[in-house]
Amino acid sequence: MKADPIGVATGSHYLDGDHACAEGAIAAGCRFLAGYPITPSTEVAERIAERFPKVGGMFIQMEDELASMAAIIGAAWTGVKTMTVTSGPGFSLMMENLGLAVMMETPCVIVNVQRGGPSTGLPTLTAQADMMQARWGSHGDYEIIAISPNSPQECFDLVITAFNLSERWRVPVLFMMDECVGHMTEKVEIPEADRIEITPRKYYKGDKKKYKPFNFNDSSNITPMVKAGDGYFIHLTGLTHVENGYPVISAEAQDKNVRHLVDKIKKNEEKICILEEDQINDAEVIVISYGISSRVALKAVHEAREKGLKVGVLRLITVWPFPEKRIRQLAKQVKAFVVPELNLGQVVLEVERCSSGQTKTILVPHAGGSVHNPNDILAAIEETVA
Amino acid sequence: MDIQFSGFGGQGIIKSGTLIGKAASIFDDKYATLTQSFGPEARGGACSAQVVIDVKPVLYPYITTPEILVAMSQEAYEKFSVDLLPGGILLTDTDLVKPEKIRQDVKMYSIPSTRIAEKMGNRIFANVVMIGFFTAITKIVTYKAMKEALPGSVPERFIKINIKAFKKGYEFGIEALKKDGKPASPKVKKGGKS
Repeated sequence: MKADPIGVATGSHYLDGDHACAEGAIAAGCRFLAGYPITPSTEVAERIAERFPKVGGMFIQMEDELASMAAIIGAAWTGVKTMTVTSGPGFSLMMENLGLAVMMETPCVIVNVQRGGPSTGLPTLTAQADMMQARWGSHGDYEIIAISPNSPQECFDLVITAFNLSERWRVPVLFMMDECVGHMTEKVEIPEADRIEITPRKYYKGDKKKYKPFNFNDSSNITPMVKAGDGYFIHLTGLTHVENGYPVISAEAQDKNVRHLVDKIKKNEEKICILEEDQINDAEVIVISYGISSRVALKAVHEAREKGLKVGVLRLITVWPFPEKRIRQLAKQVKAFVVPELNLGQVVLEVERCSSGQTKTILVPHAGGSVHNPNDILAAIEETVA
Repeated sequence: MDIQFSGFGGQGIIKSGTLIGKAASIFDDKYATLTQSFGPEARGGACSAQVVIDVKPVLYPYITTPEILVAMSQEAYEKFSVDLLPGGILLTDTDLVKPEKIRQDVKMYSIPSTRIAEKMGNRIFANVVMIGFFTAITKIVTYKAMKEALPGSVPERFIKINIKAFKKGYEFGIEALKKDGKPASPKVKKGGKS
């Protein structure tokens, strides 16, 4: 399906990442946003609040982030595409209800414009230190999708992908921006609506008495949803449930329910993961990065190549699910992976896990507040091939 | 090309950076990345916008040592001019910046941008006068692109006066270059520092 032209601001714009994200969400068909303002994400909500009345959307400033997350789950079940926007401290507050969205298999998008932490940390400065929180922040076993854009253009393009993946897999998708990308202004090309591919929600249209909101037997075939108010008597709960939605508190039900939540993402890893690879074939070392760090890393890679070093690039556009198979393959052919990230070691743990025994993994840490000096990444690359 | 626009809050410093970035990336077909200081120092004191303009996509978004510095306040001048690369260009507001010691290793041009704007009726146009001056002196963005960048970026009823302010600054710049006898472009040697 193509995007509805009413929400698409076709043309060349000079936008920051936050504003581009807002435009992308509207183009993707998002028509409900509940949020609570927090630097450096507020501009997303500001632009949405200004634009929504013109496209038939609704923006609510909630009392806090717990309520924001709850509101977008409820709204999603009325048949709209929904989103909330926050940064670290608010992201922490959303974790409980994020689990509810996972458990009720509710499509929605959560934007986290990352800033330095822990706690209130660095409100106005960048970091990528919520990546493991994105993976494991809510309690219990589950799998999730997280996307990391590296430019305002990608904030537009990839938030649309986030909505599409969310609908395709009935899962909350985390849009992991960072302050640098959110507050950086660049040219953003917004295409014509008929060139934007949208995944529409699948709705059940059969016998009202036979509808089951879940299907735990086929991890690729996601159950269509229904809308509140359309006359379906369904039960949705955070408790462990069976396919008709009613709670069953047993080891057997738990196994079926949770295994499904994990399998639908994990077994479809290759369909979901979006990677960008460059000069991988003869690479002796591969730099693995995501978000803003992937741009800064590229500067180091160009300098390394000028020095004749065989350096490849693997960019994680989706960070979760982690592309285990691809990393295991590449681990066999290179001398080392170099992983720069704006934290003191998070995604690098996954790279290490997938490459253990096959190759070295070198972290280039940065506690946040700015981006890497490309020379630090270059030094790590040179060290591996020396 | 690493450009830093600086002054105090309310002078339209960020707007200037946005206009230059927009002109370069949308109307001149180059790449332009704008960043701005969001820290506590952005409140009241010196404020600045950084624009990186290149013919290739910009990878590293920040500027630590600009090749061109525009200073529209004394405080901004004192804070940022030490970082200007040797061989770089310094543009100042004649009335608002009084350098104690003029750096001999940079080329300095001044314009009474605030005074010109006040004569036009409102000092709020001072940044656009400065953009005109910047366009004439540095030639990093074309006159045409800069003029095209104004509509949509300033309130519609003020378009005409903004274009007038821009032209005044531009003409002042052309005159300054004539007096100087040679065109200005930064002659800096960029080292390994990014």
